[in-house]
Amino acid sequence: MHIIENGNVAAALGVRLCGVNVIAAYPITPQTPVTEKLSEWVEAGEMKAEYIPVESEHSALSVCIAATSAGARSFTATSSNGLLYMHEQVQWASGARLPIVMCVVNRAVGAPWNVWNDQQDSISQRDTGWMQMYASDHQQIIDTVIKAYYLAEKTSIPIMVCYDGYILSHTYMPFEVPDADKVKAFLPPFKPDYALDPNDPANLNTVTLPDVRMDVRGELAHGYMEIRYLLQEELRGALAVAAETEKRFDEIFGRGGDPYIEPYLCDDAEYVAVGLGSVTYQLRVAVDALRAEGIKVGVMGIKFYRPFPDEAIAKALKGRKGVIVYEKALSYGYEGALASDLKSALYDSLAGTGSMPYVQNFVLGIGGRDIKTHDLTETLRAATKGRVAKEPVWIGLKL
Amino acid sequence: MQAKTTILNLPTEEFVQPGTRACTGCGLAIAYRIGLKALGKDTILVVPPSCLTVLQGLFPVASTKLPCLNVTFASTAAAASGVLATLRALGKDNVRVAGWAGDGGTSDIGLQALSGAAERGEKFIYFCYDNEGYMNTGVQRSGTTPIGAVTANTPLKGKLQNKKDVPAIMAAHNLSYVAACSAAYPLDLYDKIKKCIDMPGTKYFHIHIPCPPGWGFDPRYGIKIGRLAVETGYYDLYEVVNGEFKLTAASEKLVEKRKLTPVRDYFRAQSRFKTLTEQQISDIQQAIDAKWSGYYKKDEE
Ligand SMILES: Cc1ncc(C[n+]2csc(CCOP(=O)(O)OP(=O)(O)O)c2C)c(N)n1
Ligand code: SF4
Repeated sequence: MHIIENGNVAAALGVRLCGVNVIAAYPITPQTPVTEKLSEWVEAGEMKAEYIPVESEHSALSVCIAATSAGARSFTATSSNGLLYMHEQVQWASGARLPIVMCVVNRAVGAPWNVWNDQQDSISQRDTGWMQMYASDHQQIIDTVIKAYYLAEKTSIPIMVCYDGYILSHTYMPFEVPDADKVKAFLPPFKPDYALDPNDPANLNTVTLPDVRMDVRGELAHGYMEIRYLLQEELRGALAVAAETEKRFDEIFGRGGDPYIEPYLCDDAEYVAVGLGSVTYQLRVAVDALRAEGIKVGVMGIKFYRPFPDEAIAKALKGRKGVIVYEKALSYGYEGALASDLKSALYDSLAGTGSMPYVQNFVLGIGGRDIKTHDLTETLRAATKGRVAKEPVWIGLKL
Repeated sequence: MQAKTTILNLPTEEFVQPGTRACTGCGLAIAYRIGLKALGKDTILVVPPSCLTVLQGLFPVASTKLPCLNVTFASTAAAASGVLATLRALGKDNVRVAGWAGDGGTSDIGLQALSGAAERGEKFIYFCYDNEGYMNTGVQRSGTTPIGAVTANTPLKGKLQNKKDVPAIMAAHNLSYVAACSAAYPLDLYDKIKKCIDMPGTKYFHIHIPCPPGWGFDPRYGIKIGRLAVETGYYDLYEVVNGEFKLTAASEKLVEKRKLTPVRDYFRAQSRFKTLTEQQISDIQQAIDAKWSGYYKKDEE
């Protein structure tokens, strides 16, 4: 069924289709409508789930952590300072290996207060052991939520489904709502390896020593370091699971592509603009304009940011002259985190091959500063003539 | 009325294995052991960082024979809500949920989540075991550290502020059941848990926990000191059932006797009150006397 709705409703529909058992959330703009919609469905009996209107984001994720530990499929959503307020729980969820799915409706973080879109919130959580996927339109939002549950439960690793506040969350677009039966076929019921159960008691997330230790049967049990190593290993392994997920999704829904990246006019491109989320679709307009002038440019949207698909990306960018990274966030004190990640991926696989592109970092749209297509076109044109600067260049800055 | 449990008819089934990592003479070890007996097998526990985390043992060994979810410091009540939501969603209606947190995890960092859960009427029992300080991190002050007590971060003058009255805060949420208990009166704790276990919404227990290293007394005197707190009228055992306040057990008997042990005896038995002056002690004694004359008056009505 095709409908025209906003991005938050697309996310909520995805959650509903996945048969989520427990939802907990705390309002923050621009996330609010996702959870309002879900509360409405739960209250009207259109969705069979428990909806817990908690008193803070810290508690929202706490509810999901406990609910998933007890065997439920759980969901929450947040933005900006809400995500930052959750930070302790964000780390806890991945350390405890709980397949929670959370929508992050990207918004700038305070101070000063700002409710508009950039991606500083989710990027600041990139090192927490969660997977992060970025959607560029409403179809991707709903599809990504569904894929996210499959992937999270296969790997026992939580996922953030990130999409741009307002630009996607509040705008209306047509998209297809996947058929409920097909979702059932795609996503098997949640069967965790262990769930809190009085008939099989266990103490979860206990104090764990640095070193391995014998259990009562004399078997060696992991130390903290082994547990954390496995999180890293399995996060890296999740790239393969993501590819499998994409394939399955394509088979069942007839919609699929590259699991990690979304290329546009990249085949023969000498210069590739790279970004996360909706900006990559706006970049397509700039690319079209430059193509008309005969400049060989393309865009690569990155769907998967963590685990970072470094090999796939390096392969896709191999032999290009320039890689131009447009970012709505910064690793303050250095450069855009995506630019750093791209450079390291390129260095790892292309160092010494002579086919290493230069990387130009642009920062834009911070705190919702309007992104003008004209600026994209002009900066991209400038960057195709060689690296503009080492430091990230801020677009649209008026000092 | 429910018959009082005695040591003779207390169930023999144990949910806490012998040999926990608690300190010798720890009041928590008593309250936890007896409390779990009252809760019974079909219970899921939620525990934040505290002495209880340590008491339970280190991975992969556990001293508790109930399923237990260890959570972050601030999240006990929210996590209990999450477990309950799952039990409802999956139709498991025979399992109980209990949060078991220290006074720091309750009166300070966890209060917001606890208040939120209580306001929503989440049906779990919340136990605050009150050793009157952050013992796990080395005896720092908490919201429930009493005035005058020396702690690691109130080292010279003792805490300057009064103890936060958490049971009163919780009672203000209109709970079906609030109780103040003491590790020195474990059977009173047991009976109160049994009494409220099926009552609606959130139930709150405040348990006074004598702590030898934190309070500065010889481990063998734990029960004695816990009792002194009650016999001096300094810490009262009571319950608030649907808003109705009633002293219980030893505190109830004190009303009949109308005779309190001087609070000085309680203070002098522990090194943490060493900086209290005679003036401070007599001020506290006056406040206790005033509180108790209120109790006597109520009794006469
Ligand atoms: C967010 C956070 N801050 C601080 C700590 C460190 N911490 C662990 S236990 C504890 C004190 C616990 O005190 P209380 O709740 O009274 O329990 P007790 O140790 O006295 O049994 C603190 C401060 C923590 N684990 N998490
Ligand atoms: S420090 Fe006190 S409360 Fe903590 S385990 Fe030791 S005696 Fe018990």
